[in-house]
Amino acid sequence: MNNWKNVWIFAQTQRGKLSPTAFELLTAGRQLADALHEKLAAVLIGNNVSAFAQQLIDCGADIVYTCEHPDLENYIDDVYAGVLAKMIRDYQPNKFLLPATNMGRSLSAKTAVFAGTGLTADATEVVIHPEDGQLHATRPTFGGNLMATITCAHTRPEMCSLRPMSYEKARPVQGRKGEVVAVPFEPAQFISPVQFVEFIKTQGDNLDLSEAEVIVAGGRGVGKQEGFTLLEKLATRLGGAVAASRAAVDNGWIDYRYQIGLTGRTVKPKIYIACGISGQIQHMAGMSGADVIVAINKDPQAPIMQLAHYAVEGDLYEVIPAMLEALK
Amino acid sequence: MHIVACVKQTPKSENVKIDPATGCLVRSGAASAMNPFDEYALEEAVLLKEQLGGTVSVLTMGPPQAEAVLRDSVARGADAVYQLGDMAFAGSDTWATSYALSKGIEKIAAGQPVDLIICGKQTNDSDTGHIGPQISAWLHYPNAAFVKKIIQANENSVTVERLTEDGSEVLTLPYPCVLSVVKDINKPRVSSVKGRLAAKRVTVTKWTADDIGADKQKLGMKNCPTRVVKSFVPKREVCATCVQGTNAKEKGKALVALLKENKLI
Repeated sequence: MNNWKNVWIFAQTQRGKLSPTAFELLTAGRQLADALHEKLAAVLIGNNVSAFAQQLIDCGADIVYTCEHPDLENYIDDVYAGVLAKMIRDYQPNKFLLPATNMGRSLSAKTAVFAGTGLTADATEVVIHPEDGQLHATRPTFGGNLMATITCAHTRPEMCSLRPMSYEKARPVQGRKGEVVAVPFEPAQFISPVQFVEFIKTQGDNLDLSEAEVIVAGGRGVGKQEGFTLLEKLATRLGGAVAASRAAVDNGWIDYRYQIGLTGRTVKPKIYIACGISGQIQHMAGMSGADVIVAINKDPQAPIMQLAHYAVEGDLYEVIPAMLEALK
Repeated sequence: MHIVACVKQTPKSENVKIDPATGCLVRSGAASAMNPFDEYALEEAVLLKEQLGGTVSVLTMGPPQAEAVLRDSVARGADAVYQLGDMAFAGSDTWATSYALSKGIEKIAAGQPVDLIICGKQTNDSDTGHIGPQISAWLHYPNAAFVKKIIQANENSVTVERLTEDGSEVLTLPYPCVLSVVKDINKPRVSSVKGRLAAKRVTVTKWTADDIGADKQKLGMKNCPTRVVKSFVPKREVCATCVQGTNAKEKGKALVALLKENKLI
């Protein structure tokens, strides 16, 4: 296994945009590469994506592998996983981090089987063990109430998907030098029977929840659909996004894509303001990683009031307007 | 149309509580049920069968008591049920589990070719989301994950909408293929009286690793690539600050002041 060298990160692109997760992975990957005295490489797959290479080098990559072709414009699981598995065979990386985004979850899983190696899902911390040089990936389960550290001792690369927002984004250092390696793409090798039909953009949604630094979330206590307008006002004022608990979604007050928790999405904002949310373990599973949790709830006995950093006992319909007033 | 839904027996979410004194997980009793995400997979399979005709087979891997989720599946509309049970499977990670399930699907397909395989988005106990994509990798079938809607299905292909962070993508996949579905896709039915009677009568087909022709070097804790080396209860450094004020309005103002003071906003 001594031939397997370097730390790789997958720099996700979609619709001509580089995902911010790439910069978080560069931070994590840089730490691993430095601990191993190995190089950090970023992988770009898509159409016209090599334009992002210098940006990745500026932010810590020593090597950028680019695989470009019009056929790679849209994400098709078997094609991307096939490309990655071939690159793994050809270049033999030691560790490989991918983002635990919707794309990254499926891509990492499929690639791990194609490459015959192990994968840890949705880790929030990755370190190199000082003695054996193995990747120790720690992941929360059950709402962060239990943590598990997972290794992959005998196969390479040791793969891991990393929860978005778990690491700071790497900052650019002007004039950093790196190598760009163009990886050829042979369309005939990666023919997929899957047909990409279209992309449908979410209407009126400017901020990606998983990237939001401030989230204002509403639960059963919001009581009605119109209540979310008030939450949205506060979110907009704080430059954040609106989210919801399962109860609010099941009541039809807000769309499922905004649901946080075990059955919804996982977020890790700087501030999570939970309004009328009791704080069931299933909800906590999706947001306990927030740096600061604020709870606004009429019930001082609600579990969230113990888990929050700031607990406000009161009616959200009185507290939020007062907050908006104070923020003017 | 032959659809295979993959399900797992897991502890019921509501039975998993945190002991307030120790901060440890308490799995009260042995109450377990079908992984809630798999209910959507099974329901979608039954809905497709009702629309297009055909058979719904349900596959699980697990200890003898996992038979209960297979009978429950029949009560909710499944036709045939299969259980992979063998000590050789014990302690498998997602890589090895998906391998075993893929061999089970091959064995089912030997009886009647399989068109579509549907899994839940993830399980509520290990939360990886690996199994659907990994089954598709072992079988070299195309797949789509985070599927929120089946737009159209016919005898040859299925057109789905999958959730992305910025919207959704529409894909057409020919059979055989693997879908992992999210909660949004349907509302799982409760079992019917007729279904519950069928559940009592149904024969659960039980297979060992040898029965499905699985390579034992790819199974179980000893052979799977990943291992849990440590698990621990994280220190919670929260000491909740109760925001003070004589009424809700004052508390709202005080909260903003506190957040500003700590440079959080």
